[in-house]
Amino acid sequence: MATATAAPVDERIKNLGVTRQLLARPEIGALLGAVVVFAFFAVQSSVFRSGAGVANWLDPASTLGIMAIPVALLMIGGEFDLSAGVMVGTVGLTIGLLTGQYGMNTWGALVIALALALALGFFNGYLVVRTKLPSFIITLGTFLMLQGLNLGVTKAVTDTVQADAIDTAPAYRPAYDIFASTVSVGGVEFRVTILWWIALTALATWVLLRTRFGNWIFSVGGNVQAARSVGVPAARTKVVLFMTTAAGAWLVGTMSALRLTSIQANTGIGEELIYIVAAVIGGCLLTGGFGSAVGASLGALIFGMVQQGIVYLGWDSDWFKFFLGAMLLLAVFTNQFVRRLAEESRR
Amino acid sequence: MSETAQADPVPAAAPEAAPLLEVRDIGKYFGSVIALQGVSTQVAPGQVCCVLGDNGAGKSTLIKILSGVHQQDTGEYLIDGEPIRLANPRAALDRGIATVYQDLAMVPLMPIWRNFFLGSEPTKGRGPLRRLDVAKARDITRRELAGMGIDIRDPDQPVGTLSGGERQSVAIARAVHFGARVLILDEPTSALGVKQAGVVLRYIAQARDRGLAVVFITHNPHHAYPVGDRFVLLKRGRSLGDFAKSEVGLPELTRLMAGGAELEELSHELEREPQA
Ligand SMILES: Nc1ncnc2c1ncn2[C@@H]1O[C@H](COP(=O)(O)OP(=O)(O)OP(=O)(O)O)[C@@H](O)[C@H]1O
Ligand SMILES: [Mg+2]
Repeated sequence: MATATAAPVDERIKNLGVTRQLLARPEIGALLGAVVVFAFFAVQSSVFRSGAGVANWLDPASTLGIMAIPVALLMIGGEFDLSAGVMVGTVGLTIGLLTGQYGMNTWGALVIALALALALGFFNGYLVVRTKLPSFIITLGTFLMLQGLNLGVTKAVTDTVQADAIDTAPAYRPAYDIFASTVSVGGVEFRVTILWWIALTALATWVLLRTRFGNWIFSVGGNVQAARSVGVPAARTKVVLFMTTAAGAWLVGTMSALRLTSIQANTGIGEELIYIVAAVIGGCLLTGGFGSAVGASLGALIFGMVQQGIVYLGWDSDWFKFFLGAMLLLAVFTNQFVRRLAEESRR
Repeated sequence: MSETAQADPVPAAAPEAAPLLEVRDIGKYFGSVIALQGVSTQVAPGQVCCVLGDNGAGKSTLIKILSGVHQQDTGEYLIDGEPIRLANPRAALDRGIATVYQDLAMVPLMPIWRNFFLGSEPTKGRGPLRRLDVAKARDITRRELAGMGIDIRDPDQPVGTLSGGERQSVAIARAVHFGARVLILDEPTSALGVKQAGVVLRYIAQARDRGLAVVFITHNPHHAYPVGDRFVLLKRGRSLGDFAKSEVGLPELTRLMAGGAELEELSHELEREPQA
């Protein structure tokens, strides 16, 4: 046992230096990107770098990040979920209708919405592993179905396209405190969602790198046949990943429903692509088997900074979309480069 | 764990010992393709069963049934005399059946030690704090590979960057480590150097002597004959026969494997006309 403790230096290992080794990490591109984006806006806008400014751009980054993390895990596991965005809306509307329309206790509504979200995630995952069809097409189906359902049910129940009066339900206040309130740090109000985001980033990183399940996630994305051959429950792993994504959608849906107290029937549509872009900026390979949770969170951070930074600079918000696309392209080029390094640096 | 699992030293290579694995008239279809039909054989603890045959003869299909990757469409598969249908490779591994697959079943982007323990990861801690025992995994990986004469530079190296032979060695070391009762090897020496191939043959003999049942697929009669106790010959998905070592000699085996006459013809073709 004690043989390997001395870490013998092998003459076949060339010292590559710290930079080279760092470059092989999946999240390094996103980290550099985040620094550059921060510097860009911080230099031009004093509000951007002020305490209130920071709280302001961390806010959208946090909810985006909470979704980008499970989406990244799913991508590392080799699958996509195009219904992740609209599912946030489904959760929010479920909570909104149950509380605002039917006066249900907030906790009860949250539990029902969670059960619904997990069932949807299970449905996605089960169909994907059973049919062996690309998850892209399966979840595109659920995406469209949920989009229709969100509108149809909301209209049928409320005769409008929104569910409101969420704050009139019993136990609204304690739920709000947990999921949507603000915390004062040094006189600046930060959204509690930021704490959730940081905690989930840490948890996901630990699961990915230090648990059996994390090992299985990498393996089902990297080579699912091999994973199955050595006894990894590949189908179960993928289904759990889809359900994790759905649980993320529940969390974010809950956060926005409680915070806004009313929710639009088209909430979340289009967001699914932003989650995927954040995960890709964070170093996730589109082919699966490689990526990191920290990276996805950094991707979300970049988004938050750009979204608010553009406002602070007084630019037209249309530039946001342009920036989004440019970041994505830059990210995939970087990823390709980093992956090559990851494979080479160990030679 | 494999070191401790060999509880009962079985009387060495007793041909009359009850078979550990047995297939009777087993068959497998892929759509309209008949990959395997009517093949029967058995292997007892402390025995080596060699499966021989041409490319596409159905050898890999047979061992994939044994290791739970495929399920038989016809015939019976018995473990310890009990008819069984393995739902997946996990079910086989839980019965102490470990396999070196022809494609090696490795995840290229994952480090060596993660591949080594994939699906059977060592953990420490309990409940929600249960986590990988990374130090132990790295250590065992290094040790098991050193035992095969493969000196890895760094257990964190992605498997995709290993040489073909190194990768094959990782797969073999893994199966040897986890195979408590049965070791199945599908052309494990195809990419190996002379020294490492020798090590693999020695491993097979050692596993046999520890009382494991071994199923060994190879195209090389010089590898099969010295370690094999019985030889199953497949051709186009059917069995050409199931011979005990006493029933067949090395030249006979070589001839059977190569299709005898065809080989002679080939050597005529390849020989250079003596230049005048
Ligand atoms: N999943 C599959 N779908 C369709 N046909 C298959 C499948 N797997 C195997 N076959 C067919 O079954 C036959 C036997 O294949 P198998 O892999 O068992 O051959 P083999 O004896 O291992 O050959 P080799 O020596 O080249 O490894 C081949 O003709 C192959 O095309
Ligand atoms: Mg084969």
